[in-house]
Amino acid sequence: MATEFKNGLVRWIDSRLPIFTLIDHSVGSAYPTPRNLNYFWNFGSLAGAVLVVMILSGIFLAMNYTAHTSMAFDSVERIMRDVNGGWLIRYIHMNGASMFFIVVYVHIFRGLYYGSYKEPRELLWIIGVVILLLMMATGFMGYVLPWGQMSFWGATVITNLFSAIPVVGGKIVTLLWGGFSVDNPTLNRFFALHYLLPFVLVGVVVLHVAALHQHGSNNPLGIQHKGPQDSIPFHPYYTIKDLFGLGVFAIFFAFFVFFAPNFFGEPDNYIPANPLSTPAHIVPEWYFLPFYAILRAVTFDIGIPFTHIVFIDSKLGGVLAMFGAIVLLAVLPWLDRSKVRSAKFRPLYFWAFWIFLADSILLGYIGGKPAEQPYILIGQFATAYYFLHFLVILPLIAKIETPKPLPSSIAAAVTGKEKP
Amino acid sequence: MLKKVLAPLALALAFSAPALAAEGVAAPKVSWSFHGLFGTFDRAAAQRGFQVYKEVCAACHSLHLVAYRNLQDLGFSEAEVKAVAAGYQFVDGPNDAGEMYERPGRASDRFHKAFPNDNAARAGNNGALPPDLSLIVKARPDGHNYVHALMIGYEKAPADVQLADGQNYNKYFPGHKIAMPQPLNEGQVTYADGTKATIEQMAHDVTTFLAWAAEPELERRHQLGLQVILFLIVATGVFYAAKRRIWKDLH
Repeated sequence: MATEFKNGLVRWIDSRLPIFTLIDHSVGSAYPTPRNLNYFWNFGSLAGAVLVVMILSGIFLAMNYTAHTSMAFDSVERIMRDVNGGWLIRYIHMNGASMFFIVVYVHIFRGLYYGSYKEPRELLWIIGVVILLLMMATGFMGYVLPWGQMSFWGATVITNLFSAIPVVGGKIVTLLWGGFSVDNPTLNRFFALHYLLPFVLVGVVVLHVAALHQHGSNNPLGIQHKGPQDSIPFHPYYTIKDLFGLGVFAIFFAFFVFFAPNFFGEPDNYIPANPLSTPAHIVPEWYFLPFYAILRAVTFDIGIPFTHIVFIDSKLGGVLAMFGAIVLLAVLPWLDRSKVRSAKFRPLYFWAFWIFLADSILLGYIGGKPAEQPYILIGQFATAYYFLHFLVILPLIAKIETPKPLPSSIAAAVTGKEKP
Repeated sequence: MLKKVLAPLALALAFSAPALAAEGVAAPKVSWSFHGLFGTFDRAAAQRGFQVYKEVCAACHSLHLVAYRNLQDLGFSEAEVKAVAAGYQFVDGPNDAGEMYERPGRASDRFHKAFPNDNAARAGNNGALPPDLSLIVKARPDGHNYVHALMIGYEKAPADVQLADGQNYNKYFPGHKIAMPQPLNEGQVTYADGTKATIEQMAHDVTTFLAWAAEPELERRHQLGLQVILFLIVATGVFYAAKRRIWKDLH
């Protein structure tokens, strides 16, 4: 169904290249959207906006950055001091990474609360997990580029994880490094990949949006829309709502850029990288902390008890647990088999969600603490709960929970003509 | 009731005190001219701080990210900056004959280094490397207060602390044993503006100078930030009004 356009030129172009129809069907009046979306649905478009900001600021930084171990640190400082507006671009990019993860984490927990991962949106969700993985890889490599102490030692710790893989681990690490330690070849390939991956990210985001448009947005009630009375056109209703949300978010973003630009950073990264001096506490960026806590929670070898036979040593165990934590997210649609999406109508899942959120925050806190008691023990319990949530609690709740009655339609619930 | 709340708190404090001592004592909080939304560098303090850096710190510590021309941001005139730079000899070249030569510094030169390289710096300092100070306040947790505290934190070592040769006791340094001897003493410099050069005063001034050296964009950042955020608040208000109006027919 082609949209009718008033402007003759637009009609002429559109009949030959349906670009305006595409826009109208994607974010225009021809895209029906549930009428009851709350402000948590703003975070998808916010993530898209931050991605654009990151790519633009990143391109300008790349014009002034030098990917060489002896010059990288000073080239960043040159951007801060001598490049016109350089400090602004760099602080936008640096804080933008944190903003990206804040927005995406809210977006993910929104999906968890309202059951957005459930049929028919499983692939949409899985593509989202792929986006998260790409973001993590990109963020990690970007953090290495300023070549400060945390850049260097973070890169050393994280790349060394791959050495835990049996048989080929050592070779993989050598390949990642381009040598026998984190050095100039590592910095060069990380810079190349840090420039490449965001564009891969854009491609995957296009898939994410395409999958979204197939069945439309989920909504706070978690029920399919049944007719035109349940939906409103995306434009102008959600374009203006997203724009307002973008304004509020921009204020938040700007506050950090201008008044607390190093709030999310580590002071150690303003010390040039020194392979001969290890910092007392090596901590990754805050957005990796929950996963870092899971990585460090496995402090024991797994094998046959009372013998010396070890199947999985503690290092490999930690790496498997960390990647497993993300894989579990991807298979979530098949772990939570409840037909009801929204936690509003799921009395048991409601509590499971909030406890899981608290557990994730606790893991983040533990990830930032040194590896000593009592943090190790707390981290192990929190890690165990993380896996318990996905593998036991969610499948169990789906079986034993009696959901509250669902409203007959979105329109009925919104206009209050029928009590939900 | 109050006792019930306070008792565990006191207990927690009692247990955490020894832990704190090992990590270094928290630096006292100082009020800085450049803190806060409207913060700017106190020019007089920063200029005095430059004098302290030049006459005391620069004997060992480099400041390689800062150029003499940058001093104009602190209110020094172009002529003053040129005079400061000309006070140092820089190795330049090679010239047409292929030889390196010495010339007086120019405003475009980065600050002169006390030592030609790190090894020379270590050799001259008992094996300890005096760090470059360009980013020192950004490179330490609570950097402003820490640098200030370090300047005033020299004490006679407690009886149970054994200092090796070339070590000094500083209560704010992590581990307390610091290679740097006490840099500031009463009247160490003679301020041109007549300010009394107490240790506290010099510590405050030199920290202000180093804060500027680490974040020379700070004033522009604060100023632009206020404009940007003010604009965003107005724009967001307009968006909100538009949103209300567009959504009115739905509610």
